[in-house]
Amino acid sequence: MTSLTLPRPRTARRAAFGQIVLNEARLTWRRPVGLIGGVAIPLVLLVIFGKVSKFQQPSATLGGLTAFDLYLPILVVFALAMLALLGLPIPLASYRELGLLRRLSTTPVPRSWMLIAQGLVQLCVAVTAIVIMIAVAMAAFGSPAPKSPAGLFPIGLLIAAIARTANAASVIGRLVFFPMMFFAGLWLPRALMPDVLLTISNYTPLGAAVEAIQDSMLQGFPPVAPLLVLAAYAVVFGFLARRFFRWE
Amino acid sequence: MGAPGTAVAGRLDVRADRLQVPAGRPGQAASRPAVEIAHLRKTYGPLVAVDDVSFSVTEGEIFGILGPNGAGKTTTVECAIGLRSPDSGTIRLLGLDPRADAGEVHEIVGAQLQASAFPPKLRVGEILGMYRSFYRDPADVGELTEALGLAGKRHDYYKSLSGGQRQRLSVALALIGRPKIAVLDEMTTGLDPQARRDAWELIEGVRDRGVTIILVTHFMEEAERLCDRVALIDNGRVVALDTPARLAAQARGGKSVRFLPSVPFDDRLLTTLPEVTRVDHEGQHVIVTGTGELASTVILALAAAGVTARDLQLDSSNLEDAFVRLTGRHTDKEGALT
Repeated sequence: MTSLTLPRPRTARRAAFGQIVLNEARLTWRRPVGLIGGVAIPLVLLVIFGKVSKFQQPSATLGGLTAFDLYLPILVVFALAMLALLGLPIPLASYRELGLLRRLSTTPVPRSWMLIAQGLVQLCVAVTAIVIMIAVAMAAFGSPAPKSPAGLFPIGLLIAAIARTANAASVIGRLVFFPMMFFAGLWLPRALMPDVLLTISNYTPLGAAVEAIQDSMLQGFPPVAPLLVLAAYAVVFGFLARRFFRWE
Repeated sequence: MGAPGTAVAGRLDVRADRLQVPAGRPGQAASRPAVEIAHLRKTYGPLVAVDDVSFSVTEGEIFGILGPNGAGKTTTVECAIGLRSPDSGTIRLLGLDPRADAGEVHEIVGAQLQASAFPPKLRVGEILGMYRSFYRDPADVGELTEALGLAGKRHDYYKSLSGGQRQRLSVALALIGRPKIAVLDEMTTGLDPQARRDAWELIEGVRDRGVTIILVTHFMEEAERLCDRVALIDNGRVVALDTPARLAAQARGGKSVRFLPSVPFDDRLLTTLPEVTRVDHEGQHVIVTGTGELASTVILALAAAGVTARDLQLDSSNLEDAFVRLTGRHTDKEGALT
């Protein structure tokens, strides 16, 4: 009996996790709705905005920036939100429906690994999307290189806030997607928003993220306020998601 | 399990006081219980899913859990494999507690769950490869797919598999960790009769490899054909536990003879016979229930009165009768308990 209780070697566990990640990656590639929404659509929008000559002219009302400069962080946030709304919850909902997580709980592997693996794959897609967008913006449309890598903070916080929430509450996520994108400035850039809207925007997760990413791209280290807002969302959403998450 | 030297095969009673003893010694493998469940109880709010279930399964046995829908079969096995925690009672799988020793239990128990599917766009080989990596000492994918008739399907998407093939994949995944105990929940539900018979052969093959099998089913024929012993569960309790043959014999209680009389006759002709306990009519047919040499006595008595018994049928009681009798329920056309 003693042989039965030997701990599994770490490498074997890593191999098992690797296998899950590999299959999640295959599924993401073969069921590309998340890739289309999270990578292709924002990239196409970026190229379209880049081709509009008016968007490339510095404007006094925008504080001397071009509209394109303002839209780059908005599209980055858009890509993240699309991945969070399509990339994460759709597979998870289907896993529940298929009983996959239940099935996994009868194996020696923790069922949470499948969620972690799924999150990891989506994270890679998100990072790839952001890198491609910034590279295209710089190479094709002459955007300046991001001033500060601190833009990764708000991106990371936003991912932390939405990743688990998206899994727990995908329906709510889909309902609030367009209002959130409005406050992120997709239709009316934040620089043009009246004070009331701007204040609301500052306290929405996507608005705060856009503010922080924009500042880190154009100026340098972003102000602390939007980062705090994002951190608060990450903590609260993370707690709620953990509290209300259904495995089955 | 049990005190040294008291290995008992096919033991029906469960002795809760012995459940704490670590399982088996080498050399006793053939008779130690693979599964011991004592006074299991599980409720969901006001609903009592499992009231009081006890049984033990010997190593190498195919043990059937049979009962109508909602009887508590699935809840029982879900508790047994650690998917649910019981309100009370003890469960030991080869001496291990499915909740406290979950990691180890998951290594030695392979499960095939009801209504479990896989992403449509994963290939059979990819699913098997992933599940294989979860276990310490997994089976060979090639061998397993060969044995389950899935060898040619390894590169096919899950969505392209037929119902029978999906079911076989599900069984393959239950076996891929080389389990000592396999729990198969309604594995043949939804299969056509041929696929069902194939699945039965498959299960027998698995048992021949030394795997203890718990088979949850609501098909009589399946339990009768496959199981060494059967527990009938109804309303969350074990109402009977024995071999299918002995359960059928218990249900018989008496014999019956069914026939079409050539001319009408007075029932008293038969009810006065000592062997006959009752006489019923079903349309034109007469059904006589009784004991002893019933058929010949009835035929002789009828002949003496000038009545010929045509279309004569002797009752052969089976597991189905046992269950109808024990649960007061009936079965549908497919032989499934309703």
